[in-house]
Amino acid sequence: MAEVLVKIQPPDHPVHMPEPAVFSAAVEAEIDRHLAKYPVKRSAILPLMFIVQRERGYLDPPGVQYLANRLQLRVTDIWEVATFYSMIYTKPTGKYHIQVCKTLSCRIMGEGKVTEHVSKKLGIKPGETTPDGKFSLSLVECLGSCGTAPMFQINFDYYENLTPEKVDQILAALP
Amino acid sequence: MFIGAIGCEPLQLRRVHLERSRTIDVYRRNGGYEAIKRVLDSMSPDDVINEVKKSVLRGRGGAGFPTGMKWSFVPKDSPKAKYVVCNADESEPGTFKDRYLLERDPHMLIEGMLIAAYALGARTNYIYTRGEYKYLIDIMDVALDEARAAGLLGEKIMGTDFACDIYTHTGAGAYICGEETALLSSLEGFRGHPRMKPPFPAISGLYASPTVVNNVETLTAVPDIIKMGGEAYQKLGTEKSGGTKLWSVSGHVNRPGVYELPMGYDDMEKFIMEDCGGMLNGKQLKAVIPGGSSVYIMRADQIIGKDVRMDYDGLVAGGSMVGSGGFIVMDETVDVFESTKNLTEFYKHESCGWCTPCREGTDWLVKIFKRIDGGGGRPEDARLLLDLCDNIEGKSFCPLGDAAAWPIQSAVKRFPEDFEKHLAGNGQPRK
Repeated sequence: MAEVLVKIQPPDHPVHMPEPAVFSAAVEAEIDRHLAKYPVKRSAILPLMFIVQRERGYLDPPGVQYLANRLQLRVTDIWEVATFYSMIYTKPTGKYHIQVCKTLSCRIMGEGKVTEHVSKKLGIKPGETTPDGKFSLSLVECLGSCGTAPMFQINFDYYENLTPEKVDQILAALP
Repeated sequence: MFIGAIGCEPLQLRRVHLERSRTIDVYRRNGGYEAIKRVLDSMSPDDVINEVKKSVLRGRGGAGFPTGMKWSFVPKDSPKAKYVVCNADESEPGTFKDRYLLERDPHMLIEGMLIAAYALGARTNYIYTRGEYKYLIDIMDVALDEARAAGLLGEKIMGTDFACDIYTHTGAGAYICGEETALLSSLEGFRGHPRMKPPFPAISGLYASPTVVNNVETLTAVPDIIKMGGEAYQKLGTEKSGGTKLWSVSGHVNRPGVYELPMGYDDMEKFIMEDCGGMLNGKQLKAVIPGGSSVYIMRADQIIGKDVRMDYDGLVAGGSMVGSGGFIVMDETVDVFESTKNLTEFYKHESCGWCTPCREGTDWLVKIFKRIDGGGGRPEDARLLLDLCDNIEGKSFCPLGDAAAWPIQSAVKRFPEDFEKHLAGNGQPRK
């Protein structure tokens, strides 16, 4: 009976573990600087995820493998943390991620018009990316810009007191 | 946008309008790093804690817990390392005061943290900033480098045996990490789940060591408390709420902004109608959320002619709370059903999923709001919403559940007409 219980079924397909990502010496040095801040390596997980994301566009499986090796954690530990935080992308996103704040102060000050304008101009709905991969549009929760509503953030930059005309200028100025 | 003080001399906002206010030179020329010098020259850690106790400084993050008392809970004889963690995860809807403190006066925070670290015996300290505020983390890093170069961080600070370091840390878009134990989980590299209290962070916080977590506005008040003395600071405010407070004002007013007011400023009507420039486009005031989205919403008739005093006790008496001081002003065009739905979606999105009442409850609440919004409202839905809130409030692991329930409870009770309109099926179904 015991023999039956311990018998492990081998998977019927090969298990594919991606090769870890490789970064330049400059990025490795940046990562070292972050690791030096903490007595416990794991604490650097979020700053390091942002670096991997910046370098690779999103936190892809090789990036996860890299972080697991670097932080001496299991791959599942990395995924567990990555999927909790809304700013960690586990799927590719546009070169410019337009994040329109939709929470109350922005909502009552005209967020709807901004979203509609961006949506019409780019031909995508919130949650979508343009076919050329240049723009993604999202509705996000409060970005702490309530006194200058409505607003959006493109990648890490704040654009405030938006009007349709201003949105046109901002989008036109992006390379 | 307005940034400044009304009804008192600017204290925390004293330097925000100076040119290059974020540099160490300007900070030093305007009284900066004098408090830490006085502390290191002539005060013991207990002297510092007593001064903060006398100031009646209460935590500015939202809970209003007395800061001096929080500091005194840290055991002096613990062999473990101690930590001061600044909570710069400002995410409460309607709140944007910390952002301007970090942007324009980062050295004030460094000095406040140095004093706190000295009082508590902390060597390594962190500033946990929300991920969206990346530009502020960059500003903070420059300021920290300046302070390090000036010998204000590291070993032998100002020629004494005091050693201290401060590092920035980034969050990644989770509101829950503003809750202090969730923040510590996140800082340790885990999902931002809150932890059971007790043990409180003062006993077992970061890396299971004694830790104090304070808001940016709380820590930046400390240098002035040392310089003017705790009693003088308290006298700027009221007996139970010392000092000045920053209010973030947004919504339908002519002059939104960050306002520094003495605690106990009276009254709220004057503040909105005069100081904030009155209502936008001459519309009528309908509702105010005075302390960030998590507090009770107030009707205009709870404010107009009611002399609501703006401090911890005054706002409770007036029917709400100080919270984080995020004032959202709404005019007659706002449908409180819609505004409450908007906030409920926020809490559903930000619920961390750790405990059932909050995870399932907020999801269910949103489903009800959507059904009503789609034209499927039933007269008993108001009761159902209150019933659900009753099963979340006080029954969730951390205060996020309460924060989700309070806006709905107050909105249903104080704006029944806005809900009835939808429940009777008159609400326009959204396309």
